[in-house]
Amino acid sequence: MSAKGEVLLQAQAVAKHFGGVKALRDVSLTIRRGEVYGLIGPNGAGKTTFFNCMTGLYVPDGGSFIFDGAPLKADAPDQVADRGIARTFQNIRLFGNMTALDNVMVGRHVRTQAGIFGAIFRGRAARAEEAAIRRRAEELLHYVGVEDRADDLAKNLSYGDQRRLEIARALATEPKLLCLDEPAAGMNGTETEALRLLIDGIRADGVTILLIEHDVKLVMGLCDRVAVLDYGALLIEDVPSIVQHDPRVIEAYIGVAA
Amino acid sequence: MDIFLQQVINGLVQGAIYAMVALGYTMVYGIMGLINFAHGEVVMIGTLVTITVVTFLLKAGFPVWLAGGMGIVAAASVCMVLGWSLERVAYRPLRGAPRLTPLITAIGMSIVLQNLAMMIWGRNYMTFPSLIEKTQFEIGGAAFTNVQVLIVLVAGLSMGGLLLLVYRTKLGMAMRATAQNPGVAGLMGVNANRVISSAFVIGSVLGALAGVMVGVYYEIAHYQMGFMLGLKAFTAAVLGGIGNLAGAMAGGILLGLIEALGAGYIGDLTGGFLGSHYQDIFAFVVLIFVLMFRPSGLFGEKTGDRA
Repeated sequence: MSAKGEVLLQAQAVAKHFGGVKALRDVSLTIRRGEVYGLIGPNGAGKTTFFNCMTGLYVPDGGSFIFDGAPLKADAPDQVADRGIARTFQNIRLFGNMTALDNVMVGRHVRTQAGIFGAIFRGRAARAEEAAIRRRAEELLHYVGVEDRADDLAKNLSYGDQRRLEIARALATEPKLLCLDEPAAGMNGTETEALRLLIDGIRADGVTILLIEHDVKLVMGLCDRVAVLDYGALLIEDVPSIVQHDPRVIEAYIGVAA
Repeated sequence: MDIFLQQVINGLVQGAIYAMVALGYTMVYGIMGLINFAHGEVVMIGTLVTITVVTFLLKAGFPVWLAGGMGIVAAASVCMVLGWSLERVAYRPLRGAPRLTPLITAIGMSIVLQNLAMMIWGRNYMTFPSLIEKTQFEIGGAAFTNVQVLIVLVAGLSMGGLLLLVYRTKLGMAMRATAQNPGVAGLMGVNANRVISSAFVIGSVLGALAGVMVGVYYEIAHYQMGFMLGLKAFTAAVLGGIGNLAGAMAGGILLGLIEALGAGYIGDLTGGFLGSHYQDIFAFVVLIFVLMFRPSGLFGEKTGDRA
């Protein structure tokens, strides 16, 4: 087990543009083990683009990510998962036509072995592995609190439950770093509070969390450190109490007085 | 003799074969949105490999059951390698290319394989060695053979096995997840390349079995036999809702029945103007009607991004 406070993820001058739009301008930031790290910024500031570059969905145009002591290969989502990064999506992306349990079981893939021949010939090892996957998936459903919907199709779950299911699916990959893209979006006060407790619990279990969120109260309450993006550039990276009162941040969010 | 019952039996057998081949189309389509037009040729090669191996072994004095068994294993192995290589060589480099490009490549591969088969096995019709002593049964005025029973039985078992694989195993789960969202499946650690290769390999094994069935049933084979069979199976897959496993099975059986009944009654319907050799018409009439009135097929969901 690695020490708390040591660097887990280092983004170095990550750049990404879409045509003429510079979505990320040389963003560098550092996430330490065991912390909840908030990434905030106005709409279109590049937060999700940053996530997508990190998780291999986009290939960055410049810069690199060092994760857990070694560079992350661009454009290889399954290897990103293997290295220990998992994420949820701003617009929920569950496997809608699979059951809640199946969704989580898919997440176990990255940590299990049996291949095509195991699947076809169903040796003892393959069967034992599948049983273990199922058990762990059930535990995770219980952990996020949607165990009573296990056999329902994911698309039929309530919005809040879908968000929780996505978190369970991400946790199934046993991530070192869990990236949550606006997990509280569209949630009411009660749901947000339940989410806060869940995130707190996940941190207590030793998972580092990167949180993109609009709910400033949630971010300031949960995060150990916060980074602010604006027009694709990093404005500041510090503890919430300082970030909150930084004039550049206030300007980015509210606009400067003329 | 009762024509209706007779044609239902014939249709079921033909339909079981269509269904086996249709599964190969539908699995690949469901996962990567590609119509692998070379799949019919994989089936054809399965048949021809069986002929070669079985004929050779019989000549060498092997007992029929052993020669037949080894023929099936050989066909399955060759088709597995073939399906896997097709994806590796022809389709993987085109991942992310516009949809038309791999489609044209698929047609190209179909032609390449046909010509390859022609070079290896020649242009002549080949006789499939007799593996099973045919016995005829009768039920309600309709005749059927043990070969027909065996075909339906093996097809049923294979399809049941496939469903178990897809719905009960980890690999099947990875396949379903990749079909629904390859990007997210990747983030869950699913290796898309492996899933796609598996779909080709499994589809090809089913195709090889179908190839053996065709050989045993019609007792004749030819390097062009895969083309029409592939087209019909593709029709069956579309009829059931392409990308949908149960759809491919139902579509195959249904198409077999439509064809057989159509062939049985076309003479009566047209007053003797068209004979049963026009039976191929029905598959394509069905295809046109499905595309016109229910393009997503019987079991298909609304296709937005996959059509």
